[in-house]
Amino acid sequence: MAKEVSPGVLALRKVVEDVYADARVAKKEGKLVGWSSSKFPCELAEAFGLNVMYPENQAAGIAANRDGEIMCKAAEDLGFDNDICGYTRISLAYAAGKRASRKVDLETGEYVINPNSGKPLKDENGKVVMGEDGKPVKDPKTMQPYTVLDDIHEIEALPDGREKDLRRAAIKPYRQMQMPQPDFVLCCNNICNCMTKWYENIARMCNVPLIMIDIPYNNTVEVHDTNVAYVRAQFDHAIKQLEELTGKKFDEKKFEEACANANRTASAWLRVCDYLQYKPAPYSGFDLFNHMADVVTARGRVQAAEAFEQLEKDLAEAVKTGKSTTPFPEKYRVMFEGIPCWPKLPNLFKPLKEHGVNVTAVVYAPAFGFVYNNMDEMVRAYYKAPNSVCIEQGVSWREGICKDNKVDGVLVHYNRSCKPWSGYMAEMQRRFTEDLGIPCAGFDGDQADPRNFNEAQYETRVQGLVEAMEANAENKEG
Amino acid sequence: MSMEKIESLLKEFAEISEHPHRQIEAFKAEGKKVIGVLPYYAPEELVYAAGMVPMGIWGSNKKTISMAKEYCATFYCTIAQLALEMLLDGTLDDLDGLITPTICDTLRPMSQNFRVAMKDKLPCIFLAHPQQRKPAFGLQFTMDQYQHVKSELEKISGNTITDEALREAIKVYNRSRAARREFVKLAGEHPDAVSAVNRSGVLRAAWFMIKDDHTAKLEALNAELRALPACDWKGKKIVTSGIICDNPKLLQIFDENKIAIAADDVAHESRPIRVDAAETGDPMMALAQQFADQDYDILLYDEFSSQNRRGDFVVKQVKDSGAQGLVLFMQQFCDPEEMEYPYLKKALDAAGIPHIKLGVDQQMRDFGQASTAIQAFADVL
Repeated sequence: MAKEVSPGVLALRKVVEDVYADARVAKKEGKLVGWSSSKFPCELAEAFGLNVMYPENQAAGIAANRDGEIMCKAAEDLGFDNDICGYTRISLAYAAGKRASRKVDLETGEYVINPNSGKPLKDENGKVVMGEDGKPVKDPKTMQPYTVLDDIHEIEALPDGREKDLRRAAIKPYRQMQMPQPDFVLCCNNICNCMTKWYENIARMCNVPLIMIDIPYNNTVEVHDTNVAYVRAQFDHAIKQLEELTGKKFDEKKFEEACANANRTASAWLRVCDYLQYKPAPYSGFDLFNHMADVVTARGRVQAAEAFEQLEKDLAEAVKTGKSTTPFPEKYRVMFEGIPCWPKLPNLFKPLKEHGVNVTAVVYAPAFGFVYNNMDEMVRAYYKAPNSVCIEQGVSWREGICKDNKVDGVLVHYNRSCKPWSGYMAEMQRRFTEDLGIPCAGFDGDQADPRNFNEAQYETRVQGLVEAMEANAENKEG
Repeated sequence: MSMEKIESLLKEFAEISEHPHRQIEAFKAEGKKVIGVLPYYAPEELVYAAGMVPMGIWGSNKKTISMAKEYCATFYCTIAQLALEMLLDGTLDDLDGLITPTICDTLRPMSQNFRVAMKDKLPCIFLAHPQQRKPAFGLQFTMDQYQHVKSELEKISGNTITDEALREAIKVYNRSRAARREFVKLAGEHPDAVSAVNRSGVLRAAWFMIKDDHTAKLEALNAELRALPACDWKGKKIVTSGIICDNPKLLQIFDENKIAIAADDVAHESRPIRVDAAETGDPMMALAQQFADQDYDILLYDEFSSQNRRGDFVVKQVKDSGAQGLVLFMQQFCDPEEMEYPYLKKALDAAGIPHIKLGVDQQMRDFGQASTAIQAFADVL
């Protein structure tokens, strides 16, 4: 997936890096750092100038860095069943102090390299060098130390000295494994009720206050005034709790700024998403998954809005010059339904590339496009999260982007981690096919736990979808 | 004489609990309308006050998931899936309506599947409880939701639910809850007279009977149990915990191993009957307040979440009931139960209370493994 990186993408990467870096600095300075669910109204915390981290984004990052399994297992050792959402397990293991570390030799102070890691060594002609055992030789530059599980509480209990220093330094350096522990937690359960118990568990483990915004499931497309009143009252209650926590008064001006930024980010995000409507698309929907980190962690920051606006400019240019970051000619266009399998992104991408299938629609596009003009509208916006809406709203969102983004089929991820998301997908699939005349294929996977993904099944399902799309295209031509 | 009476009453409850469909048929034959009530915390009082019969739907120990597969992936709890199965396979064709609460992540999308699958066939009444149930705004939201349920029930029944009728329903339900609470206590004290299987039959039958009838029978049973001499129980006593444990074959293993159930922390049994509703004042507010007063439940938000209140509560239950251990029936794919297990375990371990976690689901037919685990557990108690 090597490709040219546009200024907008670089800016977006920096925004997320900065969010994490700022929180690390804040923690060192003794300031409060909170953990928040991805669809908690961040505007409220922004109004208090609080540094906030996002465990869902963190878990996705840990999974993409291939440490999902070791962290999931760590949570299972704490008693959390492997049926529980993979993000939750990773996050709870982290909250409990568990860390993925590099195996270090305490005598030499060096990392112990895993001989099975690394990419195959290639010769000057680009051919893989084979060893005497008939297996490809590994490129030593790409080899990695063994990953082991460590525990910050255990490390901190050690006497000052070499072991303590080495183990501290061995914790993997990527930002998601270096996230500061929370001083408070912000939970909004609009996307799932698992969130409620997840955050209660963090609050208990870390003995920190929990600020809760409960958004119950909604059975109608419109959000009733009574529902708005309930959530609005909770916003006011949360503000009071934040005032108590910070000892500061709610800063109306900062709040309005955050709202303006969040709106600007959301609008720019939606416009970036809309570039997938071009045929061929100037980028792959998989790229959107990467940019989600910005919408989640920084939508209330002006830098996020500016970075998305930059990306928008880059895309306009790409369309003008006929460029695309998709590294293959686009033959078919599909909607990818659900959260991607983060630990298996290359495996997800491979058969799509082989068959010329570009992902030109993802459900996250409308799901994060929170645009509003006042507090009540803000409530309504947060009421409409991916898993809090009724089937009619869910279908309408998806069919809208399927039509706008001109998809030929739908690839449905039955995500073992997400019961509320996968729970009505079978009926949705039937509706997509009936309403849009496009084929759908489902596969079993997981957003964070690589053990729940079956590559062979996935490849077969993609193949089946491609055949169905091919037949559909022939019928249309005929 | 009294043991005979007890046995005969227990047998009646067991019969009803094993044949809910006969109950529906009998209600229909009397011209009554029947409303299916899915878990959890639906205000049955509203159904009663509308002159209809609420019928609890907690899956089935006899069915296998087949038609429901058209709607559900495999990783959903069998209670919800088998409820859908029975709606699809005709078992519940006699129902006049269905209340679909949405307090867990399985029931949320399932509420949509129920509604879609029952389109044009059965009115489905949506119910979303708030998690912030205690503050004034939470009480108001519960009342708003119950108001919706009430008006939908009125449409089905053709009756207006008056405040008076609702207050009367609350009285009936309070009395039922009190009788069930007393029965749970008495059954724990007299395991020689009430086996684990029969205990379950009594509590399960409550979901399938008009509460006046259930309470009358139960009060008679309680009176007989009260009159028994103190029981010199040679076996062990435990507290059960979990969503549901109503399979007679599974419970029989407890009886065979002389393990009595001293109390329970079970969603299908005691969790919903712990608190009553006020019998005076605004009855809708009384119902909302009753829901707000529910506590120590894996499904409900705990505003004091940095404490381990639920774990401590269950420990106290074990101690107060004189049990020596706890058996957790871990319903497969039930993430709320799974999420609260580590802290339940922590509290139990800290109190020195042994426990076992038994994985269960309603399609289990072979209890060999459970039997071995229960026997081994009895030995350590």
